[in-house]
Amino acid sequence: MTVSTRGEQTYESRGGGLALYRTVRLIRRFEERAVELVRSGDIVGGIHPYLGQEGVAAGVCANLGPDDIVTGTHRGHGHVLAKGADPARMMAELCGRATGLNRGRGGSMHAADFGVGVFGANAIVGAAGSIATGAAWARRRLGVDTVAVNFFGDGAVNEGMLLEAFNLAALWRVPVVFVCENNGWATTMRVSDAVAGSITARAEAFGIPSATVDGQDPEAVRAAARVAVDRARAGDGPSFLECHTERFDAHHTFEHRARLGYRSAEELERARSRDPVDIQGARLARLDRERIEHEVETLLADAVAFALESPYPDPVGALDDLYASGLRPRQGSGV
Amino acid sequence: MPRLSYLKALNRALADELAADERVFVLGEDVRVAASNLTAGLVRRFGPDRVIDTPLSEQGFTGFATGAALAGMRPVLEFQIPALLFLSFEQIVNHAHKFSLMTGGQCRVPVTYVLTGAGSRTGWAGQHSDNPYSLVAHVGIKTAVPATPADAYGLLVSAIRDDDPVVVFAPAGALGVREDVDFATLAPIPLGSGRVHRAGTDITVVAIGHLVHDALAVADELADEASVEVFDPRTVYPFDWDGLTASVRKTGRLVVVDDSNRFAGLGAEIVATVAEQVPLAAPPARVSRPDGAVLPFSLELDRAVQPTREQLAAAINQTLKKD
Repeated sequence: MTVSTRGEQTYESRGGGLALYRTVRLIRRFEERAVELVRSGDIVGGIHPYLGQEGVAAGVCANLGPDDIVTGTHRGHGHVLAKGADPARMMAELCGRATGLNRGRGGSMHAADFGVGVFGANAIVGAAGSIATGAAWARRRLGVDTVAVNFFGDGAVNEGMLLEAFNLAALWRVPVVFVCENNGWATTMRVSDAVAGSITARAEAFGIPSATVDGQDPEAVRAAARVAVDRARAGDGPSFLECHTERFDAHHTFEHRARLGYRSAEELERARSRDPVDIQGARLARLDRERIEHEVETLLADAVAFALESPYPDPVGALDDLYASGLRPRQGSGV
Repeated sequence: MPRLSYLKALNRALADELAADERVFVLGEDVRVAASNLTAGLVRRFGPDRVIDTPLSEQGFTGFATGAALAGMRPVLEFQIPALLFLSFEQIVNHAHKFSLMTGGQCRVPVTYVLTGAGSRTGWAGQHSDNPYSLVAHVGIKTAVPATPADAYGLLVSAIRDDDPVVVFAPAGALGVREDVDFATLAPIPLGSGRVHRAGTDITVVAIGHLVHDALAVADELADEASVEVFDPRTVYPFDWDGLTASVRKTGRLVVVDDSNRFAGLGAEIVATVAEQVPLAAPPARVSRPDGAVLPFSLELDRAVQPTREQLAAAINQTLKKD
């Protein structure tokens, strides 16, 4: 009970519903600006837009503090921003600049900010579950009150290594929360064609308490995640949260041109009919909402300018940081 | 002087590092009972919180170790079967190895993976007899293959203290090696420093792991005919190119004996690099497993696809004849 109260106080002290709106709005507008930068060629390689899923990252991360850890996915911008990374350095990373979070070495799918507990977006589906579990276990061993959140999509629930992570987390009562963002699609495959049985039953089979929540409602996500985060903090082990959400855009921006045609206009319209930004925005007074929107626009204008004005990294140092110990690999040509 | 076995040397290195650094812990299958003997006595001395048995869940506990390392610990994993490296390769390569570069140097992943009993164990067949150090080195992971007890001690200590992932191959063919050692002289050995076991002037034989002992035996056999230098790189990656090229500059001839598959194996890299850098008096030669070998079960078949002393002696003689 004391833990719950503390969580609520923390949430309110960070701005409560206003802050939650600011986060979903920030992610929304960040992603829209990023898609523009893909189109203009400033972001090469494209992105997996987080559009439509903002309520999940924002709602879950509203319960986390600076010592807590998240691991994200290939569709990971929302997790990085919601955990508190600087949007300007994030945008610079997407643009491959030296000032980026990863100094231009990671890009969209590997953006990380260890300073705020983002142990990396991770582009191998299902692989970060065990990493988050190990990190949370280790921090507890080192005496730091840490909860780790492992975000993944519905596609990951068919990856064996994720299930191995569930087993270890449950066996060793690790303070980790597994958050499944079920957006209905694993790339181009419908979840109904990909998942046998139920998603939550996978976690329940390991004795991990699970819940399902409307991922389009940021407040609902926040409340459900708080139960899970509190459980982890209290030493009661892992939880599993399935968030039903919607992917408003393509799997990847390459589809904007590829037009794979697997998703009908009607289905897409239906998906977009429940918008987490609108849902949370409707809870705010108009003046508050407009103030936040203005703040976000200014922040992102600055972020884009910072990214585009930043230098590219020097190719001479392309493999700087390959080894933490400073080992230098041989070059690919010359003797 | 006390006698130290290879396995006991690894065990001693682990115990010393567990004692020296609270962040070090051991993770693996059957490590508390020490099924392979690598971890003998450690749970009694350091307790079950630091010597942790895992379920048969190689991808899971390998990723777990990556996460623990990212969060400040220094895990040591044991794989008792070299082929388990193939199961956990995804976690080691895509995450443990790549995180430093991908994050722009924000983190480090100091994990040590010990493969106790790499290569043929005599009669363990296709899925328990691999020796994939070339594969690990190819992707850029630091890779040590000690040949002697003192080197096993020193390289494992360095691996555990290193800030990057390191795989330590303990070849099955070397686990029984013993040597007289003054324990006071046991010390870390820097990764990337080779060792000349036997000085010679006519030809350089590069041997790795248990094959070092075969190379030394062959060098002794041929002592009346040729002065053979035996060079042991000790770590496959990073490789002591300066040490090797110095040796070959002196001898002008090179034979590599290597328990890798021939195609794109370590021997290929050694021959290529030396050929780029050192004028040779004769074409170099390799003795290795065949291309893409899978070890067959029956004893004669198992032996037929591993490098032998006879093959090495023949390669040395052939290389000495050519000029």
